[in-house]
Amino acid sequence: MNTNPPQNRGLTAIDGAMALIVLLLIVQIWLLSATLESYLAGHREAAVPGAIISGILFAACLGLYLFVDRIDSEVRKG
Amino acid sequence: MKWFRKPSSAPLWQDEFPVFTADERYVNRRQFTKFLTLTSFAMLAGNLWILARSLFHRSPSYPRQPIAAADEVAVGGVKVFAYPTAEDPCLLVRTGSDSYVAYSQKCTHLSCAVYYAKEENRLECPCHQGFFSIADGSVLQGPPQRALPRVALEMKGGQLLAVRMEGEGA
Ligand code: FES
Repeated sequence: MNTNPPQNRGLTAIDGAMALIVLLLIVQIWLLSATLESYLAGHREAAVPGAIISGILFAACLGLYLFVDRIDSEVRKG
Repeated sequence: MKWFRKPSSAPLWQDEFPVFTADERYVNRRQFTKFLTLTSFAMLAGNLWILARSLFHRSPSYPRQPIAAADEVAVGGVKVFAYPTAEDPCLLVRTGSDSYVAYSQKCTHLSCAVYYAKEENRLECPCHQGFFSIADGSVLQGPPQRALPRVALEMKGGQLLAVRMEGEGA
């Protein structure tokens, strides 16, 4: 039997998704600073993989946001 | 499982300003998640900017500029000069009777002026104790992440010439 009150449904999933986004953001911030440092040091070969990985991380964040948005709309509309 | 919310016929204000207090937890979390996602987009924009800069980068042309006469600087001595423009201070160090090195004087951490520490035979930044090797400008200690850009030198007719910068990205 689900003992979770209806108004709390989905909150754990949303919190989990938020924690994951924060983790992805930390990686992305590190990636940006590392790419910038290597670009400023004259190593331009890091720019392409840096942009691709950053794009993948952003896509993951966007996916998680859409997930949170969906849960929010589902739970609140009953 | 579908990832997108169903299109809602309710007005937008009802989504953003819930009537029930319990619903506020969802709205706050959703808005915070949106903020985090936008931050992630800003990071991506930064990476794309670096990518664009490196794709359209053209190697700059450097002037050949006399910086000192051969015997103007004593062994272990230093001369400050500007290269490639008047806003770029550099340090020339005579490390031996026939050997000279020159580096940009701007620390690669936060641009403080580095100086030559003769006793330790290294370049030091007084701001946060960043130390650089005199041999190749690489970081020995401290917060800087990048080596000092090096000035390539040539000796011609008893004159030392600066010919280009090495290890400089932007
Ligand atoms: S500015 Fe040189 S170590 Fe910080």
